[in-house]
Amino acid sequence: MSESIAFFSQLIVTGVVLGSVYALVALGFVLIYKSTSVLNFAQGELLMLGAYICLAFTIQAHVPFVWSFLLTLAFSFAFGLLVERTILRPMIGESIISVIMVTIALSEVMRSIIQIIWGTETKVFPQIFSDRPIYFFGLFVAEIHLYSLAFAVICVVLFGLFFKFSSAGLAMRVTSFDQQVAQTMGINIKRIFALAWAISAIVSSIGGIILGNINGISNELAAMGLKVFPCVILGGLDSIIGAIVGGFVIGIIENIAGGYLDPVLGGGVKELAPFVFLVVILMIKPYGLFGKKLVERL
Amino acid sequence: MHPTLSVNNIEVIYKDVILVLKGMSLEVNEGRIVTILGNNGAGKTTTLKAISGILKTEDGEVTDGSIEFYGQRIDKKYAEAIVRMGIFQVMEGRRVVEDMTVEENLFAGAHTQTNRKNRKEDLEMIYNYFPALAPRKRIMAGYISGGEQQMLVVGRALMSRPKLLLLDEPSMGLSPLLVSEIFKIIKKINKEKEISILLVEQNARLALSIASHGYIMENGRIVLDDTVDKLMENEDVKEFYLGLSEVGTKKSYRDVKHYKRRKRWLT
Repeated sequence: MSESIAFFSQLIVTGVVLGSVYALVALGFVLIYKSTSVLNFAQGELLMLGAYICLAFTIQAHVPFVWSFLLTLAFSFAFGLLVERTILRPMIGESIISVIMVTIALSEVMRSIIQIIWGTETKVFPQIFSDRPIYFFGLFVAEIHLYSLAFAVICVVLFGLFFKFSSAGLAMRVTSFDQQVAQTMGINIKRIFALAWAISAIVSSIGGIILGNINGISNELAAMGLKVFPCVILGGLDSIIGAIVGGFVIGIIENIAGGYLDPVLGGGVKELAPFVFLVVILMIKPYGLFGKKLVERL
Repeated sequence: MHPTLSVNNIEVIYKDVILVLKGMSLEVNEGRIVTILGNNGAGKTTTLKAISGILKTEDGEVTDGSIEFYGQRIDKKYAEAIVRMGIFQVMEGRRVVEDMTVEENLFAGAHTQTNRKNRKEDLEMIYNYFPALAPRKRIMAGYISGGEQQMLVVGRALMSRPKLLLLDEPSMGLSPLLVSEIFKIIKKINKEKEISILLVEQNARLALSIASHGYIMENGRIVLDDTVDKLMENEDVKEFYLGLSEVGTKKSYRDVKHYKRRKRWLT
């Protein structure tokens, strides 16, 4: 295999792994938007909180990693419910802009509290996955990357089944389509809202734990909340499949742009690329790849 | 023995100021089809929403009177509790969930039915009543025809095994042929499943043809109610709802100019 092809494949592979994390977080974002029409600007903080909680369990409480992972999921579930109940529910019926402002405030408050508790320096998980790279069709892949990809795929499949076959999943889809119709079916839409936040917090924290294992945990994790926007806008804000596809695409684009353009332009392209791409998407396909087109007669 | 549903002199106020229902009363007896007729804006849909509890999330409120279902007061209950008691409202305008398949729509209707075996059986039953839906079950509900969508929303309601069905203008925007087909099926369901039905319709002739009792509603209150046979004989109903003149023949436009009958119930 020639050098350039190997380089390209390596970029693709790491892009897919990064993309799988984006896909998870985007899934959480879309879930909230779909069922409650709230744009959650605190998505990145939910992710960061998950990572720190898992770290606290593992390092400070000396819980084995698998258990601290599960405990973190349970914590996120409870935290999602709590946030919905105390912060979002009183906002039902308020204008969209005020609800968005509330989520922005939430993100600031969460980030500050996390800094107060855990400080600002980067922390790392104790080594859980072996750093011996796995040789894979002529490509080197770190073990953590394989795990993260596997996790993302499992989550995506689980959520696919959940939305297709479970009563709660169907109820969430009905609620996201038409809240009044959901009520006539006996669906408790407040409970659906709470569930959406809880699930969203869970998938975000999974993303946070994966990223924390790859890059270490710091404030910068919260910036993932912004990275989610190109993903969901590419996929269409209200499409779950779109969020997943969008996550992978953005992950790959980011890596390729970084790999080829950073040396030429002197860095920073990796971070910039998704947003440049975002602008392009908005120009040619404003509803995203899978988004619902609303047709209105004037 | 309590009637299935009794609405006693209710008053509904929207947004704290708009008085929509001003002392509305009606009764539905077990296994009957009862219809409410009335102009646009008379308050028919509001009445249904007050019964099903949807009103509460529209900033509306039952401020006076009571609604009882088998003798139990429901006017303070939330929609989800009312559905569980056995009242299902089929809203106006075929509100299918467009991005879900026909079968998913039906399953979603069974949200309050936790027994999976019942759901399977009910699904079969619905494909029996509405054979047109069976070949469409894997298709997105947004893509099926208007008639099929109307069948779907009625079927979806049946999935919750209701005791009382509130139907809001099932004939709206459908061809006469389809309408008569759907009404036949509704009548059949009412007979075989012993589900009571409260039907709101603009198409008076059609509604009176399947109902046993009718209420005429104007300006937020009932102005006339009687058995369907008596209503059909009533001169005012003939004139204003069935479009017949006093002799019972079709009216000519020539006469309209010179003579407008005054509604007796206004005096």
